[in-house]
Amino acid sequence: MNSVLKLILDGEALDTAQIGKILGLGAEAVDRELAALRQQGVLLGMRPVLNPSYESEHRVRAVIEIKIRTEGVGGFDGIAERISSFEQVESCYLMSGGYDLLVVVTADNLYKVAGFVHERLARIDGVQGTSTHFFLRAYKKDGFIVNAEGSRRDQPSVSP
Amino acid sequence: MDSSGRFVARHVATLPKSGIRDFFAIVSKMKDAVSLGIGEPDFVTPYHIREAAIASLEKGRTSYTDNRGTQQFREEISRYVAKNYGPEYDPETEILGTIGVSEALDILLRSTLNPGDKVLYHEPCYVSYAPSVTLCHAEAIPIRTVAADQFALDPAALRAAWQPGCKLLILNFPTNPTGGTADRSKLEAIAKFAIEKDLLVASDEIYSELTFEGDHVSIASLPGMRERTVFLHGFSKAFAMTGFRIGYACGPAAVIDGMLKVHQYGIMCAPIMSQEAAVEALRNGRDSMLHMRDKYRERRDFIVRRFNELGLPCHLPRGAFYAFPDITSTGMDSMTFAQKLLEQQKVAMVPGTAFGEAGAGFCRASFSTSYEKIHEAGERIARFLDTIPRR
Repeated sequence: MNSVLKLILDGEALDTAQIGKILGLGAEAVDRELAALRQQGVLLGMRPVLNPSYESEHRVRAVIEIKIRTEGVGGFDGIAERISSFEQVESCYLMSGGYDLLVVVTADNLYKVAGFVHERLARIDGVQGTSTHFFLRAYKKDGFIVNAEGSRRDQPSVSP
Repeated sequence: MDSSGRFVARHVATLPKSGIRDFFAIVSKMKDAVSLGIGEPDFVTPYHIREAAIASLEKGRTSYTDNRGTQQFREEISRYVAKNYGPEYDPETEILGTIGVSEALDILLRSTLNPGDKVLYHEPCYVSYAPSVTLCHAEAIPIRTVAADQFALDPAALRAAWQPGCKLLILNFPTNPTGGTADRSKLEAIAKFAIEKDLLVASDEIYSELTFEGDHVSIASLPGMRERTVFLHGFSKAFAMTGFRIGYACGPAAVIDGMLKVHQYGIMCAPIMSQEAAVEALRNGRDSMLHMRDKYRERRDFIVRRFNELGLPCHLPRGAFYAFPDITSTGMDSMTFAQKLLEQQKVAMVPGTAFGEAGAGFCRASFSTSYEKIHEAGERIARFLDTIPRR
C-alpha cells in the first residue's frame, strides 16, 4: 500500500508536514502523493472522525433499508446514483439479502429525516418500500472506540 | 525519626535503586512531557486475548493451578517454542509458568547460585540483571557491548571477561535498551565458549518476536546447548500483555525442578486468568503480533532517521522497540542530557547509565508510542540541541 495512504489510515491526526518528516519525503512530496491518490480516485476525501455524542447534539442519523424495482427505471445503478445525490445521504450501498440499498442519512432532526423519506425517497420511481432505523448510541465509530479514555490511566510515564 | 533502616539486610541496603526510578520521580511531576521513556508496548492487549481472560473469569476459573501452570498452558508453550525456536521441551518436567521473565530469571538465579558464584552478563542491559545477582550473594560481571558492533555480544569480549568461578551467563537478544541482536555465527561462538567453560546460560528472549531484520536464533537451539540453557520468555512485549504478568522458563528438568522449589514457596502459581489469556495468545495471537511488529518497525525507521538528522548518531536496532542514540557530541553525560532535555523541552528519555556503565554517553528512546509523539519529541530535541554548543 502507498506509504502516505497507510499512514493516514493509521488514524493519527497528522498534517502533511508531519507526514513528510515521518516518511522522509518533505511536505511537497506528500501533497503530490495526496493529489495523485485523489486523481486516481483512491482517496475521495479526508474528514475528522467526530465523537457521536458531540454530533448528536446537532444532528440525527438514520439508516434506511430500501427495496427497489428495477424494471424500466435504469437498474440499480440509476436509482442508487440518484439517491446518492441527495445531500442528506452520507453513504449508499447496494446490498445482498432482504433489501437492495442501505442508505445512511443525517439531518437536523427526526422530522427532517421523516420528510426526506416520504417526500424524496418514496417518490422516486422504482422505490418499492423503505424501512428507517434511527441511531441511538454509538460505541465504536470508524475504528475508534467512543469512550476509550482511561485504558492507560495508570501507566507510568517512564518504565524499565 | 524512623530508624527502621537497621532492620534492612546489608546487601539490600547497599543495593542502588534503579536509575529509572529516580528519573521517573522527576518525570511524574511534570505535566505535558512527551515521554519516550516507556518500556512497554503502547498497544492495548489484543481484544481476543483480553476476552479469553474475561471468559476465564466468567467460567469461575479463579483457583490456584498446578505450581508449574495448567497442563494446557504448558502444552501450548511446548508447541510454540518447538515451532518458533526449535528445542522441544516436555510440558511435564521442563516447563514452568512464571510471573513474567522477571520472576523466571530471579528464581533461576536463586536456585542455581551459591554465595560467591560469578555471573556474566552483557551491558547495557535490563535494569534487574546485576541487582538480582547481588541479591543472591553472587557477583555480577559485566561485559561491555558497543555501538560499533550494534551492541551484539562479542565472543572475544566474553572470553576476556571470564574468570574462575563464573557459573552462569545471562543473554538478552534482542536487547533492552539497545535493540542489539546476535546472529547465528556469534551465538555459535558464544555457545562454544559456554560449553568449554561449563556455563549455564539464561537466555531472556522476551523481545524475540520483535526482530525486524533476519531471523531470531535461540542459543537453546544450537548443538550441545539445550542441556545447559534455560530459555526465558513471556507475553508482555510480543502480545502487549505487560499487566498480565505472565511468562515461562523452559530448560533441563533438574534446573526447572530447582526453580520450581523457589517458585512454589514464593509464588505458588501464576494467576490462572493470565495463563488462560496466554494460551489464547499462543494459539491465535500471531496476526496481532505481526501487526504490532510492523508498526514498531515503521516507527523505528522514523525515530532512528530523526536522531541521525539531528546529529545524535543512532544505530538501527534490529529488534525490540528502543533507539539508543549517542549523545556525547553534546558534551554532556547521559543523566545531565536527560535532565536538561526534560527541564527545557519536556521530553523524557532514559539516561543510558540506568542500564549500566556501558550505557554512558547514550540515552534510551522508546518508539513504542504514536507518530505524533515521536514527531513532537523530534522537534523539541532539535530546539534543545540548538541551544547548546556541539563538539
